[in-house]
Order: sequence, then C-alpha cells, then structure tokens
Amino acid sequence: MEAVFLALVLMLSIFLGFELISKVPATLHTPLMSGANAISGITIVGALIAAGDGSDPLATYLGAAAVMFAAINVVGGYLVTNRMLSMFKKKDTEQPGGQA
Amino acid sequence: MSIELINLCYVAAAALFIFGLKQLGSPATAVRGNTLSSLGMFIAIAVTLFNKNILPWEWIIGATLIGGIVGAVVAQKVEMTSMPEMVALFNGSGGVASLMVGWAALYNIDNSTFTNITILLSIIIGGMTFSGSILAWGKLSEVMTSAAVVFGAQRIVNALILIGMVACAVLFCMEPAVNSPYLYAVIGLALLFGVMAVLPIGGADMPVVISLLNSYSGLAACAAGFAINNNILIVAGSMVGAAGIILTNIMCKAMNRSLANVLFSGFGAAKQATKVEGEVKPITADDAFLILEAAQSVSFVPGYGMAVAQAQHVVRELGELLEKNGAEVTYAIHPVAGRMPGHMNVLLAEANVPYDQLVEMEDINPRIDNVDVAVVIGANDVVNPAARNDENSPIYGMPIINVDQARTVFVLKRSMASGFSGVDNPLFFGDNTRMLFGDAKQSIASVVAEFKG
Repeated sequence: MEAVFLALVLMLSIFLGFELISKVPATLHTPLMSGANAISGITIVGALIAAGDGSDPLATYLGAAAVMFAAINVVGGYLVTNRMLSMFKKKDTEQPGGQA
Repeated sequence: MSIELINLCYVAAAALFIFGLKQLGSPATAVRGNTLSSLGMFIAIAVTLFNKNILPWEWIIGATLIGGIVGAVVAQKVEMTSMPEMVALFNGSGGVASLMVGWAALYNIDNSTFTNITILLSIIIGGMTFSGSILAWGKLSEVMTSAAVVFGAQRIVNALILIGMVACAVLFCMEPAVNSPYLYAVIGLALLFGVMAVLPIGGADMPVVISLLNSYSGLAACAAGFAINNNILIVAGSMVGAAGIILTNIMCKAMNRSLANVLFSGFGAAKQATKVEGEVKPITADDAFLILEAAQSVSFVPGYGMAVAQAQHVVRELGELLEKNGAEVTYAIHPVAGRMPGHMNVLLAEANVPYDQLVEMEDINPRIDNVDVAVVIGANDVVNPAARNDENSPIYGMPIINVDQARTVFVLKRSMASGFSGVDNPLFFGDNTRMLFGDAKQSIASVVAEFKG
C-alpha cells in the first residue's frame, strides 16, 4: 500500500512539475536548470537517513560521501542561481551605461 | 520529533519548492522564488536531523562542510560563459549522491524485493547520470574532443550493455546482498552506459544532453526516495525530472529533431547539403558604423561564438549607443544558441542588458522585415536559411531566426570556415548580407569607437 501511495505522489508531482515549469520563459532557462540542480540536492535528506545509525562503517562512509556530494548541489546550486537571477534587471532599474 | 511531524514538515518543504518554481515564471519574482525554494530545502534538511536513525553527527558536519564550501566557492567563482560545464558537474554530483544513497540503503536488512528494485534503479540512474555528466563536462570544457564519437557496432554494444545490466539486476534481486558480485557489475555497467550514451553526441547538441542529464539527476533522487520510502525525495526529484524533460523537449523542437535522433546518431552523417556558391561582400568597421548610425531598428543575434569571444559587454555598449542614437535595439535569441538552454540570456544579463530587450525567436520573426540591421555575432546554424529552403540540408526544417529577411544583415565571423555542424550557410552569400571579418569583440569595439569618435 505504501508503494501505491508513493506512486500517487510521484504521478501528481510530475504533472504539477510539468505545469509549473512549462511557464518558465526561455530567458530564465539557465537559472531554472541550476535551480533544479539545487533541488535535486534533496538527495541529501536521503543520504542522512539511508545509512542508518552508523552501525555499519561501510554504510556510514557511503552515506557521508553522499551527503558531501549532495551538499555541493544544494549550496552551489542555490548560490549560483541567486547570482544569475540578480543579474536580470528591468530597463528602469538599470544603472547608467558603463563607459569602457 | 516523531516521524509524522517530520513528514508534515516535508509537506511544507514541498510547498515551498512548488512556490519557488512558480515564481521562476518571471524575472521580476525569480530571485524570491529561489529564496523560497532554498528555505524549503533548509526545512527539509533541518527536520531530518531530528530523525533518530541518521548518520553520526561528526560525519554529517564534516561532509556538509566540505560539500558546502566546495559548492559555495564554485558558485562564486564560475564565469557565466562556463555555466554549462558547471551545471554538468553539478548534475554529476547529484547523480553520484543518488547512487551512494541507493547503495547505503542496501545495508538495511529487511528490504522487500520492490525496495531492492528501486534501490537498483537509483544506483543505475545515478551512475549513468554521473559518468554521462563527467563526459559531457569533458566535451564542454574541451578536455576531450567535443565532436560526436560514432563507431560501427555502437548500437549493438549499447544494447549488450543494457541487457547485461538488466540481467545482473535480476540476478541481484534473486539473492540480494551488499557484497553480491552482481551489485558491482550493475554499478560498473551503469557507469559504462552513461559514457556510451553521451559519446555519440556532438558539441552543438549539448543543450539537449545537459537538459536530459538534469532530468536524470532528478529521477535518480526520485528512485532513491522510493528506496528509502521518503516522500520529499519523490516530490522534489520528480519536479527536477519534469524540468529536465521539458527543457529537453524544447531543445529538440528547436532543432527539429527527435530525441532518439539526437541520442543515437552523430549529426549530419546522412545527407549532403546542396553546395552554395557565391560571392561574399566584406565590409569594414567604418562602413558598418555608417549603416548602423542610420538604422532605426537593430537586432543582435548572438550565438556561442559571442561567448567564446567574450564580446557580450562590448555588444551591450554598442546597443546602448544605438539606443541613444534613436534606434530600437533588441537581442534575438534562438532556443539552442549557446551550449545550454538560456545560455545567451544569462551572458547578456551579466553584461547589463535589461531583460525586456531579450526577445525569443517567435517574437522577432514576424517583425524581422522591419529590422534595419540584424547583427549576427558568432551564430551560424540558427540563422542558416538552408533550414527553410534546402531540403537536402541536414538542418532542413529546423526553425531559425530569419535574419536573411531583415533589410541588412551583418555577419561577424572570424573567417569563412563553416559552423559547428559543418553546414554551408547561404546567408553569407545573400544580397543584403555584409561580412565583418575578424574577432567579434574587436570588430564591435571598433564600431563603438567610431560612435564615440
């Protein structure tokens, strides 16, 4: 039953994901991608849980390595997305043109 | 904290992800959307720490610190031109994380067969994503050749790898154990398959591959979610999966090719385009300046060459001078310009081009005949009229920006070599086309100097 419930969650989130993301304009596709990258860092939650309480050292090493890689995604992904998005400015707020 | 409460907080985190993605729908709200999404991530991670069965603290702190610092440094240092490489590496790190989560989950003793299958899925998808992304990074950063690598028995070899992988997976499920040789075989074959899948894909098709690997990294997280019965992984993973698939689809449409065609065949092998011959009409920066000065409407059409020449800042400068001169300035961006979706937009935004001047192909094409000067900078295939006219061209049917229908076209080009796909471009021989040879950055800079002088 648990599996069926999770499958339902999966189905609904895929549909919702399609609805949401098809509305993102082409201009923002790169930030969308790096933002999605950050979200896929959610694996970090799985990494924290999957290895259990550390009774098996090998599982602990795997879990810790997974936490590290997923943390790269989470921290790097959100920061770089934020950096990119802050570059997108509207005309009015644009600073006077740079003289080179 | 009880498991119910933790799961309830996951629901809140999922809601924040959804709001975050929704606000990515407009540049005006996108920064806030990203913040909301990161808040969701923070909540999801924070409440997980209240779970009793998690890694020992010293491991969590150490691993998070290392990963966080690496991520933060990369995010601050990366050049906007190398964004595709960075996204490729991040996809890879998401993939390998999912692989390891699946692997670690095998150490739970009482896994059902269904759980074991999902664990294997997470290992396989994660492994493919990892090795595929590393290869994509190699191609993008030109550590290795960025051209498509195709050999005769490729499909047969790939099919054999796939069959072998499924067979090992079945054998593993019949007798699951963490030290089963079949597990190592599955991991090895998954890594190999990722490499084989990206190998036959050439540089110009990279936007498709990056989108697809992005999608895989989400699906891997999703499979890991099934493996450990965790709903937030499933929700977040499937959204990333959906995002990647949508982008993949947009990229394929923009090249008028099916996904299967991009994935399985090197580009342009089948057809030979009709040779175009004619005389190119070169122009000097002085003459280009005179024409631009008289223009009422100017549209810049950037391609990957603009990124290579680092010309985006000087292009923006020229754009501003033209505006002061009374011209209407737009930047027309083809969906597959650059090496990843939206690449050109980010480069121009970094150069301070306001986003309302960035227009899509569908918006510029209907009014292209009112454009006085279209300035093509480092783009080739995406403005090649052969895609419209020449049925024998390998890119026939691909939607293009119809710059040849503008009153005048300037093509900035280093020399007369053909573009990435090796297709001859009749645009260069058009009556209204003027070629401005030389480094794009220098050419534009000399026009800018004329304006100022």
